[in-house]
Amino acid sequence: MNHNDHDHDHDHDHDHQGDDKVHAYYQILGQALKELLIEKGVVSASEIRTAMERRDTITPANGAKVVARAWVDGDYRARLLHDANSAVAEFGIEMPTTHLVALENTPAVHNVVVCTLCSCYPRDLLGLPPAWYKSKAYRSRVVHSPRAVLHEFGTDLPETVEVRVHDSTADMRYLVIPMRPEGTDGWDEDALRSLITRDTMIGVASI
Amino acid sequence: MMTCSRYRSGDRVRVRDDYPIGHIRTPVYIRGCEGQVVRYLGHFGNPETLAFCLPTEPRELYKVQFRQVDVWPNYEGSLMDTVELDLYDHWLEGDHSQ
Repeated sequence: MNHNDHDHDHDHDHDHQGDDKVHAYYQILGQALKELLIEKGVVSASEIRTAMERRDTITPANGAKVVARAWVDGDYRARLLHDANSAVAEFGIEMPTTHLVALENTPAVHNVVVCTLCSCYPRDLLGLPPAWYKSKAYRSRVVHSPRAVLHEFGTDLPETVEVRVHDSTADMRYLVIPMRPEGTDGWDEDALRSLITRDTMIGVASI
Repeated sequence: MMTCSRYRSGDRVRVRDDYPIGHIRTPVYIRGCEGQVVRYLGHFGNPETLAFCLPTEPRELYKVQFRQVDVWPNYEGSLMDTVELDLYDHWLEGDHSQ
């Protein structure tokens, strides 16, 4: 990805130069692989395009539907925490190749998700990950200085709250269930969904 | 499902302090650290052989919690803060609660 065309919605105290060189290398590698797969008839250009188009239709609205339901329906919340794949399937969201785990924020625990080894992300619920989630800066810093990183996102938590970082190093994908804010009693699911954003479901922000 | 797994929730484990070459899903920063199993996640193909299209046997996967102060010598934050990783059983070593 070119440095000038990616999403710049984050604090910019880090240098992207290193990431960009790596991106350029893998972009060429990815393109070569794609051309070979097409040439050998393994997949068609049209199939690749269709898959990309489908990917681009997935947004954090999927995750927000799930979280809003968990806020209003205790039984659903229990199902989501017990077996998240089955719970999201109730909304028609199928995740055949990945295992989803829902992490509930509480007054005592704040969860935040990262993938230090690559950029594993619950794409079926949140869409494509933001550029900062894939940056080396976030991936390395949030593990050893989570409170400093959260502070840069405007999230300050008292010492009495446990900050729990989840490094998705294997076959699990993680979705944070943010805490339902006070003063929303009686709100319907539609209204609640509007409060639930991508960053609150990654865990870098609270509501 | 829990009964046939090697570790149970609450077990103390130590991550192997080993540096083999290959497709390793155990981050370097956690090798040699001690933590506690919080959840058995099931059986999964071993990525170390899957990555090379070699025959693989299922490995047990665990969610393991570490205290941040046990992972980073100069951790700045609360003593309560934790980090959790998903680790395959062959990267975990027995009971180190002593």
